[in-house]
Amino acid sequence: MITVNIDGKDIQVAEETTIVKAAESAGIWIPTMCYSELFEPYGICRLCSVEIIRGKRTRIVTACNYPLRENGLKIRTNSPVIQEIRKVLIELMLSRWPNVPVVKNMAASLGVIEPRFVSLERDEAEDACILCGMCVNICRDVVKANILGFANRGIKREVVLPYEKMNSECIVCGACAYVCPTGHIKIKSLDYERGAVADWYLGPKTAINIPTLQAVPRVPKIDEESCIKTQTGGCGICSTYCEPEAINYEDKDEEVEIEVGQILLTTGFQLIDLKQMPQYGYGRLDNVYSSLEFEHMLNSTGPTGGLVKCKDGSEPRAVGIIHCIGSRDENYHKYCSRVCCMYALKFAHLVKDRTKAEVYQFYIDMRAFGKGYEEFYKRLLDEGVNMIRGKVAEIAEVHSGSEGKPYLLVKCEDTLIGKFREIALDMVILCPAIEPQFDAADVKKIFSISQSPDKFFLERHPKLDPISTMTDGVFIAGCAQGPKDIPDSVAQASAAAARMLSLISLGEVALDPVKAEVVDEYCSGCRICNNLCPYGAISFVDDKKISNINEMLCKGCGTCVAACPASAITGKGFTDMQILSEIEGLLSI
Amino acid sequence: MSTTKEKSWSPRIVAFLCNWCTYTGADLAGVSRLKSSPSVRVIRTMCSGRVDPTFVLKAFKLGADGVMIGGCHIGDCHYSEGNFKTLRRVEMLKILLDQYGIDPRRLRLEWISASEGDKYAHTTLDFEQQLRELGPLQLTE
Repeated sequence: MITVNIDGKDIQVAEETTIVKAAESAGIWIPTMCYSELFEPYGICRLCSVEIIRGKRTRIVTACNYPLRENGLKIRTNSPVIQEIRKVLIELMLSRWPNVPVVKNMAASLGVIEPRFVSLERDEAEDACILCGMCVNICRDVVKANILGFANRGIKREVVLPYEKMNSECIVCGACAYVCPTGHIKIKSLDYERGAVADWYLGPKTAINIPTLQAVPRVPKIDEESCIKTQTGGCGICSTYCEPEAINYEDKDEEVEIEVGQILLTTGFQLIDLKQMPQYGYGRLDNVYSSLEFEHMLNSTGPTGGLVKCKDGSEPRAVGIIHCIGSRDENYHKYCSRVCCMYALKFAHLVKDRTKAEVYQFYIDMRAFGKGYEEFYKRLLDEGVNMIRGKVAEIAEVHSGSEGKPYLLVKCEDTLIGKFREIALDMVILCPAIEPQFDAADVKKIFSISQSPDKFFLERHPKLDPISTMTDGVFIAGCAQGPKDIPDSVAQASAAAARMLSLISLGEVALDPVKAEVVDEYCSGCRICNNLCPYGAISFVDDKKISNINEMLCKGCGTCVAACPASAITGKGFTDMQILSEIEGLLSI
Repeated sequence: MSTTKEKSWSPRIVAFLCNWCTYTGADLAGVSRLKSSPSVRVIRTMCSGRVDPTFVLKAFKLGADGVMIGGCHIGDCHYSEGNFKTLRRVEMLKILLDQYGIDPRRLRLEWISASEGDKYAHTTLDFEQQLRELGPLQLTE
């Protein structure tokens, strides 16, 4: 520690501290324009000039990049000389960039209202580049992409990208735009595809974030694709702010092998891709949302804070909810997705609750099958929801001449009155079909289980054993087995967990007694069976010159039994004698 | 084996069904109340690979008019590759049956998964129809 004297105050600071920091700790303000703690001081604006006094000599230095090394140094930050220097500097800047707020404010705080100079390069823009170099510095020192730089000299100096073109070395991190004091640098979204809702659905925009407020566990994660640290090795700002030092950039996805006795598959579902049905205009028309997007809008922590709003921010006058998009449809999925009717009714209820909009439900059949569901449906009818029984043929955007605001025209058939109808709406919510995960077939192969014709995982028995599969120790629950709502998923998962626990508490597993066995006396040692076993359970005993089956490895398929030319292998439970007798018995009548 | 009148005659089919796919598929056909052939007499084996060619010959000898072997689809075998062995054996058996004077069409190999109850139903009905066209199997000593 050394002691320095700033404006008459004695201050204790660590060696190598810059004057700006030392003054800040003493509560003394030194004006700066190009200084930030994030990167190395640049000293280009010179506004932080101060006087240092060594004995009888006085020197003028920039406070931002002058490290304190000697005891008893005297510093004057606001002497008449310094004030005059700063005034001239800010006058020069103000004459060139008269309308930039940061320059105007700084000038005002230094007592300059009108500059005495006339600049040849006068720029009237409010967001003009003032050549502070902060963008260049943050790109080089913090982001380490090192792509921004100065070009030309003197009054032609400017900040440019290489060859003055956008190029792939720029990772579009936005740090330059963030640090720019005048707003001269702007980040344009290149993939602005679906407007507000697509943006909402992507969730938080920072590279380190908590995906949703309901996330379990509720801890931040780093999105590798947008994290500057993983791309250039720079930044790392989050770790400097994290006091418990919990941030680990080295952490990677890894494969871990764990030995387990039982497996519960709850791989869930995905929603059908709505873009394959262009007649509904999803992804093409504004204000056509999928149910999941609308759910996100209704969420009180969502993008609108739970308010129902069109893309232009207005409240919708009429909202349509279309059921069975891809479910109960010969072209896509024949099955019923089961959950849509009830969440569609919930949507109708909430839209009624939060807006004055008319609500239309376009349904094929209303399936209110669960406990309390029918009562809810009846309640909705009393609330005045318009129920239209029929499929929607097409949704079109119509621009009405005078009002200007386009609306969505829904063309449908109302089968209850037997008429074709066209209804004008401001917002449409589609209820997409639940379908198996795209990689369900791979999962099926891994666990050697089956898929039913609708490609959901097949249970051992549809009525008596809906939680286990044909493979011992592999269980299924939830929408991986078939579309179901939350109570059904909870019930099935609880049943599966209980089944697994009962096996654990038992401590031992009863194996099928179906095993193959070699009768040593009959075996001629031909070795035909040796290569047949998919489990490698058959080995050849060299000293006895016969084959032997390891009972622990044998799964009892019987392939070797059928192949043995000497009938030396018998399959317990399925011996040749037993099967031949079965044939005899079956054919005797 | 007494041959009754042509009209009341119905073929006798012995079906060896693998425990994991076709047997379950047959069960599904029953649970789903699908009409499958009543001529089929089912013998369950753990794998279609367990079906010894002797069983097929024995069945024909004892008066079966047709034999069907049902297994999992190729690649889906519960025992990894049992059905590959079945495929080889059935090809060999068909040559053998031809030499014995038995029409090889009387032996069928079908891949029917546990979820294909409808496939089991129409396959058995189709097989029964084919056997009706072929008529009863006449074996000479």
